[in-house]
Amino acid sequence: MEKTIAGISTEEFFASGHRACAGCGVALAARHALKAAGKNTIVVTATSCLEVFSTPYPETSWRVPWIHGAFENAAAIASGIDRALKTLGKRKDTNLLVFGGDGGTFDIGLQALSGAAERDQNFCYVCLDNAAYMNTGIQRSGATPKYASTTTSPAGKIIHGKTEFKKPMPFIMAAHGAYVATANITFPLDFINKVKKGLAFDGPAYIQVYVPCPTGWKFANNLTIDIAKLAFETKITPLYEIEKGILTISRKPAKEIPVKEYLKLQGRFKHVTDDEIRDIQQHVNNEWKRLLELEKNKSRVC
Amino acid sequence: MKKPKITVGAVIEEPGSTIKNKTGGWRSFRPVRDKKKCTKCGLCWQFCPDNAINENFDVNYDYCKGCGICANICPFKAIKMVKEEK
Ligand SMILES: Cc1ncc(C[n+]2csc(CCOP(=O)(O)OP(=O)(O)O)c2C)c(N)n1
Ligand code: SF4
Ligand code: SF4
Ligand code: SF4
Ligand SMILES: [Mg+2]
Repeated sequence: MEKTIAGISTEEFFASGHRACAGCGVALAARHALKAAGKNTIVVTATSCLEVFSTPYPETSWRVPWIHGAFENAAAIASGIDRALKTLGKRKDTNLLVFGGDGGTFDIGLQALSGAAERDQNFCYVCLDNAAYMNTGIQRSGATPKYASTTTSPAGKIIHGKTEFKKPMPFIMAAHGAYVATANITFPLDFINKVKKGLAFDGPAYIQVYVPCPTGWKFANNLTIDIAKLAFETKITPLYEIEKGILTISRKPAKEIPVKEYLKLQGRFKHVTDDEIRDIQQHVNNEWKRLLELEKNKSRVC
Repeated sequence: MKKPKITVGAVIEEPGSTIKNKTGGWRSFRPVRDKKKCTKCGLCWQFCPDNAINENFDVNYDYCKGCGICANICPFKAIKMVKEEK
């Protein structure tokens, strides 16, 4: 039997010595996702922080077969591997795990991912959501939250950070008929179980994991988990699954905490006004209400 | 550093080879665990992004970058961050 600590396998398929910033949420998520997938796994990774910090040539942190192609085509590469494994009769024994950043998923890789899901390709796609293009120096993406300051949505006199809310990517993937789950590195076991479920699903699976980035969000390196936890508690990033179009909330915060508690710890939000905080809070409240209704009605989300 | 010979397709043949790169040198504070306070709950091990805490909850200073997540997460305040001095 595999050895575990607090229910988590002690096997490590992601080696130390990688070049992620101290306190990086992405590195932690990669470590846990690989524990979920185990030894018989092929990993595809889009260009991103993860790709760059895990494979400084000629070194690699990966202890399973791993491939990188480009920024926009991780799902296309995975589609090819899926077909090849089927042809070779090895599909059943192999896990196919894909990692893309939020930029590589919400924006530039969306076409490849949508195509793969539409073709009902079989792989588990994990979107590492650090809410901006971090590897190239903090540019805003479709995943960046409203009012967050980035180098291409800088808070100043003209705008106060990004002017749009985050794209509802999990619902876009649910509309494709994929198994969809959101996760948060504060709850490693929940994340691991969702990755396992996604890998076992016969078809496309999409897991969006929330991974704070101390460098891009401007907070102290020891606060990564505190911030991830607050994002859950303030309902900024609700945890849910969508299976066959039906939504279930995985867990609900025990008490009401205002979004301000989350925002005030991060430099990317330091300029926000009280009115803007109210706007964020209103958006969070509306989204939460919508999720509760979807769960209660058991009606297809799309 | 010696320039590596580029392999065909830039294939890297040695899995997990970043262990050659000791990231411990990045650290300005080191986590020090008080074994008397530690209950072996495993939280520090779960949340280390650098896989620098072993199954006995000892820190591997070759790789620990000193982020302080482990000290912050420990419910029993068993880990202290101590300034590194040359
Ligand atoms: C076609 C193309 N455009 C731009 C780039 C430059 N580029 C490399 S990584 C990256 C940002 C990645 O952002 P994201 O997907 O969110 O991953 P993160 O680095 O934040 O983990 C960009 C813009 C590229 N490699 N290829
Ligand atoms: S910039 Fe952010 S996501 Fe990228 S390695 Fe650093 S902490 Fe991790
Ligand atoms: S978190 Fe604290 S109590 Fe738990 S194993 Fe680590 S040092 Fe020990
Ligand atoms: S300080 Fe950070 S890198 Fe070092 S052992 Fe603790 S969690 Fe790991
Ligand atoms: Mg990103």
